[in-house]
Amino acid sequence: MNKFKLDWLILPVIGMLIMLVTWHIVAGKKTYVLTSSLDEVGAIVTGLPEGGAHWKAVRTKIQAGEVKDIKKTSPEIWEAIQGSFEEKRVGLIPDLPNVIETWQSSKPYIVDPFAKRGEMDQGILRFTWYSLILVAQGYIIALVVGVPVGFFLGLSPTFTKMFDPLIQVLRPVSPLAWLPLGLVLFMRTGSEAGTYAALFTIALCGMWPTVLNTAVGVRAVPQDYLNVGRVLKLSRWKMLTKILIPATLPYMFTGFRLSLGIAWLAIVAAEMLTGRPGAGGFLWQEYNALIYEHIIFSIITIGLVGLILDRLMSLVEARFKAIS
Amino acid sequence: MAFLELKNVSKHFGGHSVLSNVNLSIAEGEFVAIVGYSGQGKTTLISLIAGLIKPDSGEVSLEGKIVQGPGPDRGLVFQNYSLLPWLTVYENIALAVNQVFPQWDATKRQAHVEKYIAMVKLSHAKDRLPKQLSGGMRQRVSVARTLAINPRILLLDEPLGALDALTRATLQDEIASIWQSERKTVVLITNSVDEALLLADRIIPLTIGPGATLGDSVPVTLTRPRDRTALNHDPEFKRLRALVTNQLLGFNAARKTSVTKKLIRPEILPEDLDAPRVNRPPRRPDEEKRESIQIA
Repeated sequence: MNKFKLDWLILPVIGMLIMLVTWHIVAGKKTYVLTSSLDEVGAIVTGLPEGGAHWKAVRTKIQAGEVKDIKKTSPEIWEAIQGSFEEKRVGLIPDLPNVIETWQSSKPYIVDPFAKRGEMDQGILRFTWYSLILVAQGYIIALVVGVPVGFFLGLSPTFTKMFDPLIQVLRPVSPLAWLPLGLVLFMRTGSEAGTYAALFTIALCGMWPTVLNTAVGVRAVPQDYLNVGRVLKLSRWKMLTKILIPATLPYMFTGFRLSLGIAWLAIVAAEMLTGRPGAGGFLWQEYNALIYEHIIFSIITIGLVGLILDRLMSLVEARFKAIS
Repeated sequence: MAFLELKNVSKHFGGHSVLSNVNLSIAEGEFVAIVGYSGQGKTTLISLIAGLIKPDSGEVSLEGKIVQGPGPDRGLVFQNYSLLPWLTVYENIALAVNQVFPQWDATKRQAHVEKYIAMVKLSHAKDRLPKQLSGGMRQRVSVARTLAINPRILLLDEPLGALDALTRATLQDEIASIWQSERKTVVLITNSVDEALLLADRIIPLTIGPGATLGDSVPVTLTRPRDRTALNHDPEFKRLRALVTNQLLGFNAARKTSVTKKLIRPEILPEDLDAPRVNRPPRRPDEEKRESIQIA
C-alpha cells in the first residue's frame, strides 16, 4: 500500500476500531424476556390511570423487543409491568460486557481520575500512581543491582562461568512464583510485608534484561577503545568511567527499557496477590466483586500505561544510540 | 645504541606463526616505513612495538628499556582512528592530555589541546562528534590526539588506509610537514610503496607469512621536502620504487603454491518423483570432483 499522510495515525485507529467492533459483536448485551403472557401485560398497562392510550404503542415495542425504550420513555408504565419481565444477557459470550457497558461502568473512574472514595474505589490515575511508585522503587533496586552484576559478567569470564547458569535458571521464573517467597522472606516486617515482597518480586524479575544486556554491551566494547585507554595508561577506575560505561550505555538502555516492561508486568501480579490498592489490585478486587466491566477497563489501563512507559524509555534509549 | 630495537621477535596466534625472528633497529629522529601485503602481520608488528601484545620470544626495547606494556611514550595512531564516539574532537584529545599531563594546570592543558587541534586544521570542528566528521578529519583528530601526548616515538598503523586518494594525498603532505617541524621518530606501516617513498627515510619490506619477517631495508635519499608531482619524474624515485616493489613481488612469487578445491558440478538430474517430497535434494550426476588450482 502506498504511504499516505497521517497513515501513522489513521491505520492504528482503524486497527483499534476493528478490535472494538469484534469485541462488541462477541460480547453479550442485556435484554428483557417476557415471563407472563403479552395480554397480561396489556391488562396491567390498560389498567393504569393514563396507560390506556399507550397500550398500542407499548405492545408494538414489546413485540419488537424494545423494552428498554419503555423504561426510558414511560418510566411509570415500566414500573408497573417490569414484574412480568426477566433480565437476561444474550450474545456469543453473554457474560462479557460490551463496549458501551464497559464505558458507562468505568466512567466514574475516568472522569474523576484522582478521586478517593474508598480503599479499593479510587480514580484510575490514583491507582496507576500507586502502582507506578512501587514500580519505580523496585525498578531502581533492579538497576542498582543489575548494572554492576552485568559489568562483572561482561568483564570476568570466571564470574560468567560461575553465575551465568544460575541466572539462566532464575530468569524464566514468573513474578507469580517469586511473590510467595518474598512474603516469606519479609514476614517478620509486619504490615509492610506485602510491600517488601512486591519490591522483591519487581526487582528480581526486572533485573535480568539489565544484567544480560549490560554484560553483552561490555563484551561488545570494541578492543580499539580499550587500546586507546591502555596506551594512555588509564587507571582501572578511569577505564571504567571514561571508556567502558559510555561505550556500554546504549546496550544498558536497551536493558533498562526491557526491565521496565517486566517490572510493570510484575507489579500487576504482585498487587493481585497481595491485594494492594493499584492498577492490578483494582483488577483483582473487581473480579472478586464480579464487576466484569472493570476487569476490561483495568486491562486497558495496564496496557496503555505499559505502552507509555515503553515509549518514554525508547525515546531515552534512542538518544544514547544516536551518539555511538 | 639504537633508539627503538626489536631483537628476534616472534609471535604466534593459536599455533599459527605470524612473525618470526624480526630484527629492527631505528635511530632517534628517523622516519621508517614498513611496507607489506595486507594480512601479513603489519598490525601485529606495530602492536608489539606499542606493547598492546607481548612477543612469544625476543624483546622490544625503547631507549634501552624493555617494553613491558603499552604506554604514552609510544603514541599509536590506529588504523581505524579509534576516536571515542561519545566525545567531541576537543574532548577526545583532552582525555589524552589530561591523563598524560596531570601536573599541568587547566589553562595550560586547554591551550595545549587547542594547539594540536589547530595543527591538524580542525579548530572550526572542535565541538563536533566523530560521526559528524569525514574519514580524513577523523584521522587528523587521531593524529592530533597522539601528537598531543608528546610521545617519544610515533607509530602510524596504516593511518591513511581507509581514505580516498585525494584525502590521502592531503594527509600525506600534512604528516610530512608535521614531521618536518616536530622531528619525531616515526614508524609508519603502509601498503603503499609511493606513500612510503614520499614520507620515509628508510623503507623495510615485510615478507609474506606464515612467519613473516623484515626484508632488506632500502634507504630513501630523496631530498626533503618532497613534492609528489616532481617525484614522479625523479629517476631515483623510480629506481627505489622498482626496487621495493620487486622485493615485495619476489616474496609473493616464492609463495606460489597450489591448493585442492572441492568442486560441485552444476548439472542437475530430473527430480525423483517417487521419493517423499519433504526430503528431496537436487540430484547430481557426480557429486564432487577435486581439482588443483595454481594460486598466483
